[in-house]
Amino acid sequence: MSDRGHLEGEHFMSGDDACAEGAISAGCRFFAGYPITPATEIAERMSDRLPEVDGTYIQMEDELGSMAAVVGASCGGVKAMTATSGPGFSLMMENIGLGIMLETPCVVVNVQRAGPSTGLPTMVAQGDMMQARWGSHGCYSIIAVSPDSPQEVYDLTIKAFNLAERFRLPVLVMTDAAVGHMYEKVVIPPLSEIELVPRRRPNVPPEEYWPYMPDDDLVPPMANTGEGYRFHATGLTHDEQGYPEMTAEAQDRLVRRLVEKVERYRDEIIEVEEDSIEGSEVVVCTYGITARVAMIAVERARQEGIRVGMLRLITIWPFPQDRISEIARQVKAFVVPEINYGQISLEVERSAAGRAGTILVPHMGGDVHNPETILEAIRQAVK
Amino acid sequence: MNVIATTDETQEKHPLEDYLRVDRLPHIWCPGCGLGTILGAFLRSLLESGLPPDKVSVISGIGCTGRVAGYINLDSFHTTHGRAVAFATGLKLANPELKVVVFSGDGDLAAIGGNHLIHAGRRNIDMTILCVNNFNYGMTGGQFGPTTPETARSTTSRAGNIENPFNMPALAAASGAVYVARWTTAQVHQMQRSITEALLKKGFSFVEIISPCPTYYGRMNRQPTGLDQMRYYRSNSIVRHGANPNEVGVGISGQIVTGKFIDVERPYMPGPGNGDNGRQT
Repeated sequence: MSDRGHLEGEHFMSGDDACAEGAISAGCRFFAGYPITPATEIAERMSDRLPEVDGTYIQMEDELGSMAAVVGASCGGVKAMTATSGPGFSLMMENIGLGIMLETPCVVVNVQRAGPSTGLPTMVAQGDMMQARWGSHGCYSIIAVSPDSPQEVYDLTIKAFNLAERFRLPVLVMTDAAVGHMYEKVVIPPLSEIELVPRRRPNVPPEEYWPYMPDDDLVPPMANTGEGYRFHATGLTHDEQGYPEMTAEAQDRLVRRLVEKVERYRDEIIEVEEDSIEGSEVVVCTYGITARVAMIAVERARQEGIRVGMLRLITIWPFPQDRISEIARQVKAFVVPEINYGQISLEVERSAAGRAGTILVPHMGGDVHNPETILEAIRQAVK
Repeated sequence: MNVIATTDETQEKHPLEDYLRVDRLPHIWCPGCGLGTILGAFLRSLLESGLPPDKVSVISGIGCTGRVAGYINLDSFHTTHGRAVAFATGLKLANPELKVVVFSGDGDLAAIGGNHLIHAGRRNIDMTILCVNNFNYGMTGGQFGPTTPETARSTTSRAGNIENPFNMPALAAASGAVYVARWTTAQVHQMQRSITEALLKKGFSFVEIISPCPTYYGRMNRQPTGLDQMRYYRSNSIVRHGANPNEVGVGISGQIVTGKFIDVERPYMPGPGNGDNGRQT
């Protein structure tokens, strides 16, 4: 890939702009989307930037079509993405499922706003975290990351493309209106310093190629359309040859693999940021914009003499349950602030499995938490 | 694996064998269904067109016609209900050297996928749509759909359909299609010629093929066998090239106007000079 169009250097830009630049750096050359606040700036920047790098921007008629076009484009051999917010994310669930079933690498960005339904279009929330995990029907595993700054939006968008190619599935970047519209310094390194994961290509001649015959790590190599492999791909339950197979045995074989190809590599995927967990009596566990708000509460609590640690989840799905389970053995409680009525807190509670308490600090959205509410929960936790 | 077709030395190879997944036969379609006829015509058109088969991709949605993609030995996709056109839009724009063919049913294309159909037509995306119209939802057991004629009976309109149906050539033409034709499965040669023309046309080409569904639509509307429906097509179809698409609506009885209605030029997407999009090689 040439450096042409790569915006190396220091920039002052929004999270949404950083997302578009991360995609361009990662080699994304196809964007299909539908305008929606607060994700529109990603589409706008992609419509400017993609033609500069011989890529394609298409504004679809809705988010159903956007996601279908992204899966189609990736099957055509091009790194592809879309960006949306809650109402569009709901519509994309259908073809996120197709991407999972066809094992199509792609990236979906959700700049979360407050719902349900139309909700508060311009204002922040983190209410789609469980939808990211379970929103499409059926049983599968997914990968989702959650950045807390424009710089991290840039970095994690690249990481999302790498994970998508590595594991052959849609990867979700779960950001929010606050991070998306926040302007900060973003450092874009030289292209030569960015590690990119290429598509895993078939290593057999076309007549021997079975599109869903996995390698040892459960991920099948991927032929692109038009290369002579003449493969068939279907959203029906299928065998390794890609042919529909309507049996419980085929369903078991396929769905187990779709789940385990992610779950087996949890350690490779999961990324968290830890601060003073050793020796703490309470740990604040949160993600995205709420992690930045929570740091204010954590610092005040430390001034009060409370031994409080911070666990910031960068990877949300698969959930960092093993680390939380470990920490649960040494702390009294986890304090989990999030801009919803309790989603990730349920996972923390499950992972802690009764060894430590879980105190949810819910906030319904529209703005971020008042740090005072988080501080009060920290105080309660050590009582 | 249950291999029906054989190619031992005493037997001549079927000319379409290279383009069918013979290890997947027999197909799932009912006796009397028109889909086998249409699939055969499409494959002969593909040969006739001279398009390099490795650069042709077939995309289907859901339903009886949705199963076509699975029997064709090309890069083929059986996608979600209604989204075949949107998927094909992404595939074509990402990889412009492909010839992209959407092969799907009237319910998939005109009801749940109607929005994608009209917008792909509006953009004049360079793709061919083969719309198999059997006037009902066959796969789910014969419910009325967006093309079911008024008064026709179905499993969800037992007293007769009260809705006004879409006239598919008019819908395609109004959306911006540069090639619009309609045939019945009783007009195989004309159908085949039209599909070849559509495959070679630059831009959004649309061929509606009226096809029997004796199991449901026919049985519930006094044409209980495939042969009955074919006889009806033969006696009632008239060829009127250049007919105004707005005047070719199909009722429960009476004439079926067939022919090539539209064949014009208009700028299409992706245009000449579209980049390679940095394809992963």
